[in-house]
Amino acid sequence: MEMPTRSAARAAACVVAVLALTASGLVLADQPKAPNDPTQPIDPWDNPYAMVDGKIDFGTYNGFRRYHASCHVCHGPAGLGSSFAPNLLDPIRERLDYQAFQETVINGRQVEGATGDRVMPPFGLDPNVVEYVPDIWGYLKARADGVLDRGRPDHLAKGALKGRE
Amino acid sequence: MRYRATLGLAAALVAASGIAFANDSVLKNTANPNNWATQLGNYAGQRHSTLDQINTGNVGNLQVKWTFSTGVLRGHEGGPLVVGQYLYVHTPFPNNVYKLDLAEKGKIVWQYEPRQELSVIPVMCCDTVNRGVAVASGKVFLAQADNTLVALDDATGKVLWTVKNADASKGATLTAAPVVVKDKVLVGVSGGEFGVRGHLTAYNINDGKMVWRAYSTGPDAEVLLDPSKTLMMGKPIGEKDLGITTWPGDTWKIGGGTTWGWYTYDPELDLVYYGVGNPSTWNPVQRVVDNDRAKSDNKWSMTIFARNPDTGMAKWVYQKTPFDEWDFDGVNENILADIPIAGKTRKVMVNFDRNGFGYTLDRVTGELLVAQKYDPQVNWATHVDMATGRPQVVDKYSTFHNGQDVNSTGICPAALGSKDQQPASYNPDTGLFYVPTNHICMDYEPFKVAYSAGQPYVGATLSMFPAPNSHGGMGNFIAWDASTGKIVWSKPEPFAVWSGALTTKGGLAFYGTLEGYLVAVNAKDGKELYRFKTPSGIIGNVNTFEYGGKQFVAVLSGVGGWAGIGLAAGLTKDTDGLGAVGAHKALGQYTRLGGVMTVFGLPD
Repeated sequence: MEMPTRSAARAAACVVAVLALTASGLVLADQPKAPNDPTQPIDPWDNPYAMVDGKIDFGTYNGFRRYHASCHVCHGPAGLGSSFAPNLLDPIRERLDYQAFQETVINGRQVEGATGDRVMPPFGLDPNVVEYVPDIWGYLKARADGVLDRGRPDHLAKGALKGRE
Repeated sequence: MRYRATLGLAAALVAASGIAFANDSVLKNTANPNNWATQLGNYAGQRHSTLDQINTGNVGNLQVKWTFSTGVLRGHEGGPLVVGQYLYVHTPFPNNVYKLDLAEKGKIVWQYEPRQELSVIPVMCCDTVNRGVAVASGKVFLAQADNTLVALDDATGKVLWTVKNADASKGATLTAAPVVVKDKVLVGVSGGEFGVRGHLTAYNINDGKMVWRAYSTGPDAEVLLDPSKTLMMGKPIGEKDLGITTWPGDTWKIGGGTTWGWYTYDPELDLVYYGVGNPSTWNPVQRVVDNDRAKSDNKWSMTIFARNPDTGMAKWVYQKTPFDEWDFDGVNENILADIPIAGKTRKVMVNFDRNGFGYTLDRVTGELLVAQKYDPQVNWATHVDMATGRPQVVDKYSTFHNGQDVNSTGICPAALGSKDQQPASYNPDTGLFYVPTNHICMDYEPFKVAYSAGQPYVGATLSMFPAPNSHGGMGNFIAWDASTGKIVWSKPEPFAVWSGALTTKGGLAFYGTLEGYLVAVNAKDGKELYRFKTPSGIIGNVNTFEYGGKQFVAVLSGVGGWAGIGLAAGLTKDTDGLGAVGAHKALGQYTRLGGVMTVFGLPD
């Protein structure tokens, strides 16, 4: 009985989110690459990942693991997309910033389109995801910036760098 | 109206009299080779047709006769059913069903378009697939994604009753095709990657009332087995409540063991057969008792059950992969056949498990007769001990032995299995089984994961790649001798063969490919005789039927499923240097989403 109301509310919320993303995309074409600076603390806003001698910081490595446990079943290996959910690297290159990424992961998203409805669930209550959003972001950002290739990255020990680790 | 009411009353009286009558419609429909009346062709799951108008001599002339767009662009598993002049076709979510009239060139007789909460979409771990409907006793049964089992009136498409089988907010969904046995319809449950506790349930076909439910884990009373009677490796199980004691603490309650594969039935023995899936989570360290693998079978995950369809009680069990460490989800179909074993004809079942072993068991008692690798690359176990039925696990590939947070590399097969849900075929003319297979290996790193209801509960990171030191492709279509456990021939394919096989009396074996080809080969030697590219990748099952004196072959196209997720972007890094695969590593270069049924026939 309550189904139509709830879906309608969700659809409305989602339209707002999509518009917001589209609008910011118009402004923010081609995001700058992250600094990748191992001397500065790892931080999702200013320095989401850092690589030293071909080894990525541990948090970003953990992001690789978390991504491939919770996200890849829809978004495909290494952020490349699948037949079920979109590639994530292009939007990160073009428009998606940490703020929007975080909001989408926590609240989910719903898009109605010609190829059928796409629905991303909210992960705000999933401890395997919500506690590691900065790590997952670091991983996808490093992928989008071309710093990490597909597959398992070599990584530094836990705590080797300053910051969120 | 009055006429139909009278008929309905007659049917009700027959049902009430307790005669096992209802399934007679399935027996009758499947006995007529002009029909393709169940998803697997018959109760035995043989996917074989005695039609021979299309044969090795003329299959090269096969052409497209007509097509039907389903209007949905997602992974299309399962296939159309044909009963008499009607063809039934289903779609992935939102699970539309169409009844088409072959006498009127495929005109739509009725359509059923359910409204389902969109929130069910993201809890379908690997695409919103559905493996098809069941037609029996004047009804069409559909297991909807949102866990609604619905019975439609075959004549009108109107809903007769619905029943809720499970809870999507806890990650449960429905993808498997229901099977009707006598006056019961059997449905499973999906959601092994969400910590769903699996079960198989029987509902009365006339009113949707639950008759029994058999859980895959937990106390014997809920698993519906009797340790003093239910057989395991030829003897009563003996120990009580193994569905509890082989798990640490209460983890059996979120232990997976879902039942989303195919169900087969032997009317003479009156036994239903199905496989139970992987234990949750994928991290074995979270499923171990006293850090001792020997105490941690995680029963009854990964188990073949033989059950009485009236009571649900288990006659026998066989656990293929005790204490899974690789997600070798044991749901694959059990094909029933009578074949010679050491010179004597036996009533067997044959199972091509995800773990890469082809099992032949006595389907009366569950005795293990043959267990051999059906892909020579399989390396996680050396062999199956025929006395205990247990695989002999190789430490190097044991993700438990290597431990949490350690990446175990080069494990074959990958979690996709040497075969996934795509059903195989048994051809009584050659005595061989025709198996669509995956030829993919993996690295697997388990790590600690927390359970949260309705959220993914996976606990491992995987990367997959084509089997190394082989032909570079990711699939094979093989012919298998289940009497001896030997591959008779093997035809390489660039991508995993994710489509259900069909064999016919015309000497042919058919399958589809992920690029979208329908392929026909000579059943004797695997020589390719026909290939046609349909609008999208094929993960559906090939069927055949005859109407108006002409034989047709039908298949659903629509790439997706786990194949679409794992393969759409390609499997390997550019630098992996795995030979030929570099040329065809990304499926996206060959096909796009689609949703079309293609019907083939010979030139007029």
